[in-house]
Amino acid sequence: MLRIEGLTAEVEGKPILKGIDLEVPAGEVHAIMGPNGSGKSTLSYVLAGREGYEVTGGSATLNGVDLLGMEPEERAAAGVFLAFQYPVELPGVGNANFLRTALNAIRRGKGESELDAMQFLKLARARLKELQMSEDMLKRGVNVGFSGGEKKRNEVLQMALLRPSLAILDETDSGLDIDALKIVADGVNALRAPDFSALVITHYQRLLDYIVPDKVHVLMQGRIVQTGGPELAKQLEASGYASVQAAA
Amino acid sequence: MPAVAETLDTVQSVTEGTYKWGFETEIEMDFAPKGLNEDTVRFISAEKKEPEWLLEWRLKAFATWQKMQEPRWPAVKYPPIDYQDAYYYAAPKKKDGPKSLDEVDPELLKTYAKLGIPLKEQAILAGVEGAGDSPSEGGRMPIAVDAVFDSVSVATSYKERLAKDGIIFCAISEAVQEHPELVKQYLGTVVPPGDNFYAALNSAVFTDGSFVYIPKGVRCPMELSTYFRINAKSTGQFERTLIIADEGAIVSYLEGCTAPMRDENQLHAAVVELVALDDAQIKYSTVQNWYPGDAEGRGGIYNFVTKRAQCRGKRSKVSWTQVETGSAITWKYPSCVLLGDDSVGEFYSVAITNNHQQADTGTKMIHVGKRTTSTIVSKGISAGKGQNTYRGLVRVAPTASGARNFTQCDSLLIGDQCGAHTVPYIENRNMSAKVEHEATTSRIAEDQLFYCRQRGLSEEDAVGLIVNGFCREVLKELPMEFAVEAQKLLQISLEGSVG
Repeated sequence: MLRIEGLTAEVEGKPILKGIDLEVPAGEVHAIMGPNGSGKSTLSYVLAGREGYEVTGGSATLNGVDLLGMEPEERAAAGVFLAFQYPVELPGVGNANFLRTALNAIRRGKGESELDAMQFLKLARARLKELQMSEDMLKRGVNVGFSGGEKKRNEVLQMALLRPSLAILDETDSGLDIDALKIVADGVNALRAPDFSALVITHYQRLLDYIVPDKVHVLMQGRIVQTGGPELAKQLEASGYASVQAAA
Repeated sequence: MPAVAETLDTVQSVTEGTYKWGFETEIEMDFAPKGLNEDTVRFISAEKKEPEWLLEWRLKAFATWQKMQEPRWPAVKYPPIDYQDAYYYAAPKKKDGPKSLDEVDPELLKTYAKLGIPLKEQAILAGVEGAGDSPSEGGRMPIAVDAVFDSVSVATSYKERLAKDGIIFCAISEAVQEHPELVKQYLGTVVPPGDNFYAALNSAVFTDGSFVYIPKGVRCPMELSTYFRINAKSTGQFERTLIIADEGAIVSYLEGCTAPMRDENQLHAAVVELVALDDAQIKYSTVQNWYPGDAEGRGGIYNFVTKRAQCRGKRSKVSWTQVETGSAITWKYPSCVLLGDDSVGEFYSVAITNNHQQADTGTKMIHVGKRTTSTIVSKGISAGKGQNTYRGLVRVAPTASGARNFTQCDSLLIGDQCGAHTVPYIENRNMSAKVEHEATTSRIAEDQLFYCRQRGLSEEDAVGLIVNGFCREVLKELPMEFAVEAQKLLQISLEGSVG
């Protein structure tokens, strides 16, 4: 499980997270909602260890392992996966090559044996089929020339291959049409298991129709101001964040 | 594709900052007296038992060189070179008699084994049936190797197999003895002795190198390769390579080079001449991995090389592919003179400078014949305090109606203390010609690194992956065996460049 206690962080000297307490038990999917600038993306980058996101206090552990003291790649090997809001293009790097390199890096980190090209291809094809994606996905450069929807699907494909114990989806729904949204949601739902937890960061309730969360947290001005069940998301959709702010 | 995974393995096994080819071989050597004068030239010519015309040729070149100035226009800095403080000839002491692999000094064989260069004709010796006749069978494609150790060629493999097709592949000193008419006809016709300072120096004191002649209509059945090794201290290497592809001939030639790690700078001034007649094709690939000097910029090879091809024949084609990772200083412009109508010149280059390395490299495409076309793809990568300059000339003569050139120069910067410079010259004297130039400069973005690291790659592996992606257009031009090597080399060259 993911346990965050009293987490504070700043970006370029400006405090963004002002004391986050959050627990996502293994097997659960939690949503984090909040208006722009509330600190949602900062929280995901802090957990993944991005440079420039300075932790000033508190702790974050995954299955009892301290995340904050580790390099980003060590966190990845420990089971943290971040689905990017804006997946990055790597010109000239083939997607299959990238995926296999990543998978083997993580398998090495876990002390598992690496997959050769044939073993990898077999696994990748199986995942592609589950996700109803075309094999062309493997032949192209990493995210180069991908539409917004294709980039997000590629994130889901990576997640399905890497099998993290914690997936953080940073506004994965932004820029997706309804079909792509369903594919993303199906991908996450397919991973649901007793040893898998997910933090779904979203601005809108729409995605949560397809990925039904166990809990919804509202993040505002760097703090979690309200926690509830899936109905909280619907309530926010109807009355907006202003109502929460008033209540808080 | 699996090459990248292999790359990662290799890098893991190589500790940071080591140049694994930096060992020295202990072997008894014959040296010419230190310094450079007419007597040195005569000494070399006598050692090689050269005919009188070649000695005269050398002496003329030496006289020309004495009147010339070192070029100062390249964007590289180095202290003045004392040309009298070096050996111009160093050869492993040899026993008399005809050279065959069995008679090569075991120390030398060990050296090449350590470098991973197959001198033995593996497939044939192992008794793989038919391997001698059909190289593609029996798995691995054999590569014929000419091994040049300091100033002499120590062994050339598959010579007999190649001779069946009329192909001549031997040391140039041997060619002078065995095929003087060919050498006399072509030597210095592409790069004249007085072409430039280093070419003149080379013409005066060149010691060995490879000679290749592919007869009319023959497609060379295997890759030809020369492996250059500088071993002796305070010694310059001045090799000379001459490749002639007669009408309709096709050949692919590879060149590799390494040297021991030393605090002193050593000079390597080679000349390579390629001649392609009607419908002939020459593909010339280089993986240049001379010792680059240490992290503080001490030592390393000065690589001052003149490489030029003449596409003399109609529809002839020459393709240069180079991966330049080594040397303290690289000064090198593999060029094509496109004389024949419809002839084609290509230049694909990756040049990496890390630590204090400096590279001023590029190409010249001289369009003379009608409808001649040229393609230039240059990828420069600068890291550490490295300085990387692309310098290129595209010249279209008034005769070159319908000529076309496309040039793409991309630079990638790693860190904030390195430099990338692009100096393209375009001289177009024919209105019907089309010349295009594109150039970009980029950095490895923080978000690219973070993206890779979030997926579990270490920072160095991420840089390796991104750099290999950046160079893909060039690497895919290399023969398969070399492409894997080159990918590994790129990553090793960039070790310690981030973080």
